[in-house]
Amino acid sequence: MAQEREVLLMKGNEAIAHAAIRCGCDGYFGYPITPQSEVLETLAELKPWETTGMVVVQAESEVASINMLYGGGGTGKRVMTSSSSPGVALMQEGIAYMAGAEVPGLIVNVQRGGPGLGTIQPSQSDYYQATRGGGNGDYHVIVLAPNSVQEMADFVDLGFELAFRYRNPAMILSDGVIGQMMEKVVLPPQKPRRTDEEIYAECPWASNGHGLKTRGPQVITSLELDPAVMEQRNLHLQAKYKQVEENEVRFESTGCEDAEYAIVAFGSASRIAQKAIETLRNNGTKVGLFRPITLWPFPKKAIHDLAQRVKGILVVEINAGMMVYDVENAAEHCVPIRQFGRLGGIVPDPDEIVEAMEQLKQVCCK
Amino acid sequence: MLTREEIIQPQNLVAEKPALMNNVDMHYCPGCSHGVVHKLVAEVIAEMGLEEKTIGISPVGCAVFAYRYIDIDWQEAAHGRAPALATACKRLWPDRLVFTYQGDGDLACIGTAETIHALNRGENITIIFINNAIYGMTGGQMAPTTLLGMKTATCPYGRDPRLHGYPLKITEIAAQLEGTAYVTRQSVHSVAAIRKCKKAIRHAFENSMQGKGSNLVEVVSTCNSGWKMNPVKANEWMEEHMFDYYHVGDLKDTEVIR
Ligand SMILES: Cc1ncc(C[n+]2csc(CCOP(=O)(O)OP(=O)(O)O)c2C)c(N)n1
Ligand code: SF4
Ligand SMILES: [Mg+2]
Repeated sequence: MAQEREVLLMKGNEAIAHAAIRCGCDGYFGYPITPQSEVLETLAELKPWETTGMVVVQAESEVASINMLYGGGGTGKRVMTSSSSPGVALMQEGIAYMAGAEVPGLIVNVQRGGPGLGTIQPSQSDYYQATRGGGNGDYHVIVLAPNSVQEMADFVDLGFELAFRYRNPAMILSDGVIGQMMEKVVLPPQKPRRTDEEIYAECPWASNGHGLKTRGPQVITSLELDPAVMEQRNLHLQAKYKQVEENEVRFESTGCEDAEYAIVAFGSASRIAQKAIETLRNNGTKVGLFRPITLWPFPKKAIHDLAQRVKGILVVEINAGMMVYDVENAAEHCVPIRQFGRLGGIVPDPDEIVEAMEQLKQVCCK
Repeated sequence: MLTREEIIQPQNLVAEKPALMNNVDMHYCPGCSHGVVHKLVAEVIAEMGLEEKTIGISPVGCAVFAYRYIDIDWQEAAHGRAPALATACKRLWPDRLVFTYQGDGDLACIGTAETIHALNRGENITIIFINNAIYGMTGGQMAPTTLLGMKTATCPYGRDPRLHGYPLKITEIAAQLEGTAYVTRQSVHSVAAIRKCKKAIRHAFENSMQGKGSNLVEVVSTCNSGWKMNPVKANEWMEEHMFDYYHVGDLKDTEVIR
């Protein structure tokens, strides 16, 4: 037990791999891409198939790995994949099928800059793709945004819990900074993989042959040709998403109580913003940090309330301005809102954020 | 004259509906090969007693609704991706019978990568491959397997190798892969052929259960609607033209070689 609380030093990507084994993941399917290849490499090194029985497969493409997820998740197993932006773009077909057929599974996106092949340097420019569904049809993926190696480890189990609770794909939206940086981490305790009997009990909808004669066949499909029935299926999905929005919003608010201004940032941008806030506070500006942890469902209400209390909001994200629209929408334009971001794999500097805040203050004082 | 009741006696039974075939109308065109192959798959699963241990993966193509007809657990894959789903199902449930059922567009065009790599990894699955040389479901467009000179909606003047390349013999490629245990090409146009095809499916399923490697059963088939022929003519045309290019028989059987 004492050993399990051990503090280790490792990369975010490595923490994902260790956490997967420890939280009873049944299968990992992935294809190499920078900056996340350490996930598959670490799993290959740890050989969990000899200990927990977890399956690890290097697939022929991200198209294949996400469809392996669809197949494995459809049998009720805890399955995951990881990739980076161009690979996650290829996965959108499979993610839409999983959402349509209500198949749970966990996808990790360690984002890099784009568009296209782009750069291997970090970015947060897959925000739209992750939070708007990304593939075809009306659907949502539950999106968790870690800002530390510790959260990389913790969100694996949380991602699986949410995916199974709502029978929906869940995503950890990370980036090259969090994936590559080394930090202290306490790994979750080792939990056993569920037994077949436990899977049958937890996932009566799963398609794995068991109990067919008493329960009739189970079919995992997103297809329905009758539009009236298909509309009902869509309405069912929408009702489910509403439940997720009501129950699963997560965020962290630091120093917002006395704040005159707020910075809204997620993932690695929130870490840099934290540094900028130290400088701003030392210079006498009371700034708080609001960090969405779930990007979908988005913490609309909390941001709405925050906007009533502050003079202005600065949204910091490593893209050209994506989450800022969700913040504006939540704040209902009641205070000035500005966005600051860097592109192409360049990570913002805390001083640049301080400067952006000074500009926002001028707008607010006018 | 014998009465109906006198005729319908167990000792007079010649053939019966496979226990695993559901009592629903099929959407397949009369004369289509899909229905016959479904029946064989259903019979073999029941004969092997694997009803509660089978996961079928249906394709995108005319067989998309295979799950309505055979009374087992199914997953409906995206177009071409069935072997990827099957890979995960079998790896995660090694004691299950996992098979895919795919058309030529699904398997040999959009899903070529998934097909070749699942077979090459030696996944212990069976792929049932319905080669009707056309895209049946979408209304008869050219498939990778369409014969030279054959007319389809997207090659209305006949398949021309300078424009469209050559018909793909993916089963021959599969036979070259180290991961495959059994690769065969069958047909279901006659009673004798149907019997052989059923044996092939059984052999492939047994290999899958015994962990011998990947198995591919191609069935050279008719699509009388897509070919714009009546069922009888379609069978004749298949024997005359398809068998010339797609030779029927076993291409590889590691059992036999050993
Ligand atoms: C990604 C994607 N592209 C295209 C289609 C349209 N589509 C449906 S079935 C099909 C061809 C099926 O042909 P085949 O696999 O030969 O099966 P058959 O109907 O002949 O049995 C196509 C192109 C689709 N459903 N999904
Ligand atoms: S279109 Fe062709 S493949 Fe499809 S059901 Fe009709 S005959 Fe069979
Ligand atoms: Mg076809």
